[in-house]
This record gives sequence, structure tokens and C-alpha cells, in this order.
Amino acid sequence: MTDQLRRARSGLMVGLMIVAVIAALVPLLFILIDLVRRGIGNLGISTAMIIPALTGTLIMVATATAIGVPLGVAAGVYCAEFPRSRLAGTTRFAADVLNGIPSIVVGVFVWGWIVARQGHFSALAGSIALALLMLPLVMRTTEEMLALVPGSLREAALALGYPHWRATTGIVLRAGVPGIATGSLLAVARIAGETAPLLFTALGSHYLSLDLNQPMAALPLLIFSYATGPYDEWHRTAWAAALVLIFVVFALSLAGRCIVGRHARIRDE
Amino acid sequence: MPEFAMSDAPAVLQTEHLTARYGPVVALHDVTIAFRINRIHALIGPSGCGKSTLLRTLNRMHEVTEGATVSGRVLLDGHDIYDPRVSPMQLRRQVGMVFQRPTPFPTMSIYQNVAAGLRLQGRVSRTEMDARVEQALQEAGLWGEVADRLRRSPMALSGGQQQRLCLARTLAPRPEVILLDEPTASLDPRSTQRIEELLVELRRDYTIVIVTHNMQQAARISDETALLDGGELIEAGPTARIFTAPEDPRTDAYLTGRFG
Repeated sequence: MTDQLRRARSGLMVGLMIVAVIAALVPLLFILIDLVRRGIGNLGISTAMIIPALTGTLIMVATATAIGVPLGVAAGVYCAEFPRSRLAGTTRFAADVLNGIPSIVVGVFVWGWIVARQGHFSALAGSIALALLMLPLVMRTTEEMLALVPGSLREAALALGYPHWRATTGIVLRAGVPGIATGSLLAVARIAGETAPLLFTALGSHYLSLDLNQPMAALPLLIFSYATGPYDEWHRTAWAAALVLIFVVFALSLAGRCIVGRHARIRDE
Repeated sequence: MPEFAMSDAPAVLQTEHLTARYGPVVALHDVTIAFRINRIHALIGPSGCGKSTLLRTLNRMHEVTEGATVSGRVLLDGHDIYDPRVSPMQLRRQVGMVFQRPTPFPTMSIYQNVAAGLRLQGRVSRTEMDARVEQALQEAGLWGEVADRLRRSPMALSGGQQQRLCLARTLAPRPEVILLDEPTASLDPRSTQRIEELLVELRRDYTIVIVTHNMQQAARISDETALLDGGELIEAGPTARIFTAPEDPRTDAYLTGRFG
């Protein structure tokens, strides 16, 4: 009798969990299905708008990654190496504050620092705004991943005669690379869709531009301005752009996973 | 016992009035002990007695812990290893160490693991490197098991194999002294036996110091045994004598299980 009751309770709980999983997946599925349905037919007519925006997004995300990831990893390594130093405490606090600042505020500040001083909008300013958003994410992931590397590994390296810095870079950091790369990719995926920080910095453009010093188009900007526009054609372009953006984020994550997978495997000469 | 005849073998490594602290806490108090060439020395004693601390002062791994300090002297071949001119990195290549848990470097292949310490010594030719990696794996009794998968990850090896890999990694740079901190505590009896046999063979070429919780292990493989308690050296001497006719009543009490 009690056994039956126990089984029933267990079944009920498993059922609830399945419902929860479905509830979490349904919105994602709706978004994907809706996007594909509305976007795919409009890709053709929107190509002229999407190509500059896609190029701009890729360039700015790449530039932001080139700035944000090395800085974030370096700061994270410092905090993991000297966890109780005052600088590490301050850095951690600063990162948490930076993480909490709304992205539009970051955009406004970069506008003040760079755009207002230079007197013109630029893709570089947009990239810097995006890099600032990545920085705390990459830093905290790096620190957390390095904390997961067992201390015995570092001890083993030191006991073998490794200098401190080589134990850190050659053994500890290398062991943390898969986790750090995954965290960085999540940060990349997050900033790829950011609109607000680009509004005041990269501004957007109707033309294909490769010049970091000039305004540049970006997919989120295109979606923002066309979705809020008055014409039905614009709305269709926005749907197509949204589909492309989702695809880019998806492809980035997938590519990252492959790279990480390969890196995690042993490389021997 | 033939070991007695070797009792006056020259000391490779010795401590003189060695005191080790973690911040204000004294972990080791005024220890003077000698480790002789081609012998296995067992450090025994209850948990927290300072045996691991003593081991870690011998290759200056003690000072890696934040706030850890040392006073007194540790002489390797007559030279104080705590002399400011001595580089701890250089020292650790002469005094190798194996830990309680196997610690293969997960991002390196088996070959790279063994070569890791060698690579620190500057450029070594490919053939020389291959030869020394093979020799170290032979000495650690692992060559036959991994010869066909040197380029693979060490993480697929069993715990005992991983520990022998760590032993090979320690042997490859040809240290004078090998320190082992409870190297078989995480291993099954068969792997333990394998490591013990290896140590007895390695005695011919190295000076060995092993920390062990296992008194049977100390009795089986060591030539000399030192008992520590509360950070102090209670008694040290030939293993056979320590186990049969201890001079200090505390040694007798520990060995017969009345404390520790």
C-alpha cells in the first residue's frame, strides 16, 4: 500500500518535471517556428538590406570579441590566481556592477567617451560598447572555470619544477580552456543580438561598409528600425533579418562547440 | 638483515633543527633527520603529525601554501636548499614528488606528461626525448601498458596506471631524491603492490622518502622509519629495529595501536 503510494508520488513528480521542461521549450519553439514561417519567404526581397547588416554584425562582434575576451580572460586569471588580493576583490565587484548596468546605459557612455569626442558615429565605438558588455561575463566565467581546476594539478606542476607563470598558463589555464571558450561563446551569442548599445555608437547604415571608423549596419539595428517602421515591406524585412540573426547566433554556438571539442582533445606533435 | 650494513651510507638530504609553520601554527618543531642514499625512508605517524609537512619542506613545496614559513636548514648534498641563491624550480627538478592522488596533466598526452619536466630543462633532441620518456616509463613499470598509445590522453588510464605515470613524470628529469606523499592511499591492493615493488627496485638509483599511513607498508618496503607526532620527531632508525625494539615508549604505543 505504502509502496503504491510511493510509486504514485514518484510518477506525479516526474510528470510535473516533464511539464516544466515542455513549458520551458514551448516559447523557444514558438519563436523559431514563427520566425521561420514569416522570415524565410522574405529573405529574397530583403537581401540588399540584410547583407550590409550581417556583415556589420559579424565585423563588430568579432572586434568586440577581440577586445573583450583577452581582457576578460586576463582579469579572470588574475582573480583566480590571487583570489584574496584587494585588486581581485575590487575587480570582481566592478565586474558585477558592470554586468548589472543596462546595455543602453553602456551605449550612452560609449557615445559620451568616443562618439561625442570624435564627432561621428563609428563601428569601433559600437564594438567597444559590445566588448564592455562581454567583459564581466568572460571574466567571471574564466575565474569560475579556473577555480574548478583542481589545485593538485598546479601543485604537481610546481613540484615538477614549473615556474609559477608556466604552471598557470601551461597547465591550469589550458585545463580550463573548454569552459572558458564555452563561456566566451555564450557572451558572444548574447552581444550579437544587442541593439541598445549600438543605437548611439554604430548608428546603423544602409550601405555595405568595412570601415571601423564609419557608422555600420547591424542586424539588431535593422530589425529595430524596420520593425518600428510604417510599411508592411519593412516589417517583412525585419522578420527576415531576425531569422538571419537567430541563424548567426546558432551557427556561432555550433562552430564554437566544434572548435572547443577539437581543442579539448589532446594535441600532440 | 643486510640493510643494517648500509646504515652508515652517506646522507643525501638532511634537515637540521627544522621548524615549519603555517602562519602562527607550528606544524613541525625542531626536526633533525638524515635521508641516506639508495634507501627507502618511511615517515609515519597519526594524522596531522607533520609528516606531510616535513616531506613538503624537502622540495620547498611547503612555501607554496600561503603564509607558510620555515626556519632551520635542509641540506641537499651539503648545500642549504633554503639559501636565497637556490632556485626552488631548479631544486624541485632534483627532488621530485608524487602526490596522494594521481595528477596527470589532462590536456597533455601520455608522452607529453612524461616529457613535461624534461622540457623545462631546455632543448632536448627528439631522439633523446623519446629515449628518456621510454626509460622513465620502463622504470615506472608502465611502458608495456602504454607503448602503443603514447599519443592518447592519460585520463583513460586506471588510477594505478595514472599514479605510475606520475611516477614516470617525476623520474624523467632524473632527480636525486623522490618524495612520495601517501602514493598508494587512493589505490587498490594490487596497484599498491605494484608501486611498492617499483619503489624497492628504484631504491638502487634514488633516495626515496615516503609518507604513509599504512604501517605494514612502512614495514614491507622501507629501510629506515621515522615516527612523528605533534610536529616532533619521536624516533628514527632502521625499520627492523623500530618495529621490533623501539626505544621510545610512544613508538611502541603507536605501533601497537594504542594511539594514532
